[in-house]
Amino acid sequence: MLQNRTATRLVVLASLLSAMILRIMPLPAELFIYNPDWMLLFLIYWAIAIPERVGVGYAWAMGLLSDVLTGRMLGQHALAYSVVIFACVKLHNRLRAYPLFQQTISVLLLLLISQILISWTQNIKSTIPFGFIYWLPSLVGALVWPAILPLLRLVRRAYNIA
Amino acid sequence: MKPIFTKRSSPNTGLFVCVFASLALLACEQQSLLTPFRDLLTSVVYPLQQLVSSPTQGIKKLGEAFSSHAGLLAENEELRREHLLLSAKLSKFAALEQENLRLRGLLDTSFKLGEQVMIAELLAVNLVPYEHVVVVNKGSRFGVYPGQPVMDAHGVVGQVLRVNPQSSEIILITDPNHAIPVQVNRNGLRTIAQGTGQIDKLSLPFLSSNADIQPGDVLVTSGMGGVFPQGYPVATVVAANGEGNAFAKFAAAPVAKLDRNRELLLVWNKPDPIPRVPDQVSSPKDSTTSHAAK
Repeated sequence: MLQNRTATRLVVLASLLSAMILRIMPLPAELFIYNPDWMLLFLIYWAIAIPERVGVGYAWAMGLLSDVLTGRMLGQHALAYSVVIFACVKLHNRLRAYPLFQQTISVLLLLLISQILISWTQNIKSTIPFGFIYWLPSLVGALVWPAILPLLRLVRRAYNIA
Repeated sequence: MKPIFTKRSSPNTGLFVCVFASLALLACEQQSLLTPFRDLLTSVVYPLQQLVSSPTQGIKKLGEAFSSHAGLLAENEELRREHLLLSAKLSKFAALEQENLRLRGLLDTSFKLGEQVMIAELLAVNLVPYEHVVVVNKGSRFGVYPGQPVMDAHGVVGQVLRVNPQSSEIILITDPNHAIPVQVNRNGLRTIAQGTGQIDKLSLPFLSSNADIQPGDVLVTSGMGGVFPQGYPVATVVAANGEGNAFAKFAAAPVAKLDRNRELLLVWNKPDPIPRVPDQVSSPKDSTTSHAAK
């Protein structure tokens, strides 16, 4: 049982590390504006799948790493991730039961909430350009959700994480 | 089958604690109280950044390994010629610099001169879109400080935004949140060049429509604000539009190769002006003349 728990922790951490790599990979600028928040997508999956392991505190700690990774002020991503993952943990039964289309819409909403929180905390210090283009990462994130879901489910089944 | 309704502690308290902690961190960050904590987190993230950057660097190394002998010879020849040309130019500049210092000594004015540089290598990682912030592999261990000017071989690149132990983040002059005090090299007209978010464009928003500025003018740093040393090229004016507007919109193109650099120069600007009579920088012959002038 104990070994199982450490294995779970390692698998979740490894998946989040790959999400961090995807987040900062050196894409050309024209493509980089579409790059979604992979860490949050992966966290949403784990929070729906194993809400008793990946909870609000876990999301907060990952948010701090995400802040440092992308050069934000400490607390911006932490705030956004903990709020979004709170909703996921609260609603995980319902989100699990949703058909894929409805789940994708929910993920889009969650990603948008995260971006809104980040832009609000960002405005304390500086301005960012607003417009449709700012919200593209959330849209792309929702579009890749149908691919992330089976992939991470495969990982979860392979390592027998319940 | 796993039971659906398991009993566990409510996440409500967790959310409250986390939101409160995030807001507290944001408030502390405004006062920049969290440097040690941030350094700790960065040292977790830095290996990851290097990992992401390594394929790009590996490809470059591979290219070097497979470059032909003839190509290397040609490049070497070209570099040798360029070196000769530049060192000839530099020796002339050294003489001019001495003369300038001597004359300023005669005029009783002090002059900031003499900078130290260090080469830093760019890490191939992206941070966020819409911000032109890059990461380099030199940090506070090498004495890098926030606000330090950064150049390349052609001109001003930007300034250091945030320093970590092993790396630092550099904001480019084209970032929408960056502005740099400049002057027109031709006539000394001072203004401010703001970043636009496009890598090849700066805007000059504070010039009146009858300002004496034309396409092709070179903008150099004016030394105002004390961040950038005076006299480094920043951009060339490319277009002037906005006829009939009280404040004309001028655009300028940065001269530094902002999107093509691998190496950048970190510059240490000497904080105190060189004394009026330059003793320590001039040769013995020069110092006798300046003493005589005194």
